Amino acid sequence: MTLPHANHVFRALADPTRRSIFEQLTRQGEQTVHALTRYAGVSQPAVSRHLTVLRRAKLVRHRREGRETHYRAQPDALAPMVDWLDLYGAFWRDRFDRLESLLNRMAP
Amino acid sequence: MSSQAVCPQSLVVERVFPHPPEKLWRALTESQLLAQWMMSNDFEPVVGRRFQFQRDPVPNWNGVVDCEVLIVDPPQRLSYSWGIGEGGAGLHWLVLWTLTPAEGGTHVRMEQSGFRPDQRSNYNGAKYGWQKFFANLDSVVAGLD
Repeated sequence: MTLPHANHVFRALADPTRRSIFEQLTRQGEQTVHALTRYAGVSQPAVSRHLTVLRRAKLVRHRREGRETHYRAQPDALAPMVDWLDLYGAFWRDRFDRLESLLNRMAP
Repeated sequence: MSSQAVCPQSLVVERVFPHPPEKLWRALTESQLLAQWMMSNDFEPVVGRRFQFQRDPVPNWNGVVDCEVLIVDPPQRLSYSWGIGEGGAGLHWLVLWTLTPAEGGTHVRMEQSGFRPDQRSNYNGAKYGWQKFFANLDSVVAGLD
């Protein structure tokens, strides 16, 4: 999983409205833009812009049917979030360094 | 615990220290010593003890880690929960320390697991509470040095 993709996922979900749309799709399955607009309580152009960002992050897929566009969630795209845990590695390695220096100061 | 060893949502940091396990154990479990390399705390090595690590507050995070002691097995194993954020909306991990005598010292292994085994089946869905994860993301990143 490449970092640029992780950045897309993070950015896409940093916005509360987009997060809420994504969660709605995860809970309810496939939804039309109309249905999502009713749910999100913002204008349809705004919803469409949010969906574009989510699509770029591969968090949602869409298909056209007649005049309606249907969206569904792609939860697999959350995988980079798991990699994020690696960030904690830097925290612990730093603590290990500090532990080492404390042990050297301690009486045997 | 062994099932978590293969859990991909866990983080492991290991190192051999040229000191005996008993000394490591003191550094991990004596509150004053712990404060010198981790964070200030009110830790006590008693199973069930709720305690906090605390550091300077940063924007979006009050600097508090809420913990509960889960395993005290001197001088080999120590485990506590690791929670950031308010109550049910927070992020929760398990931290497990394992000390093993090694040539010239002690092998120290820290494992931080993000998911309990029973939560793994929810990995591909939203049930785990990813929204909580994201809601607290800024706080947690701010908590990293």
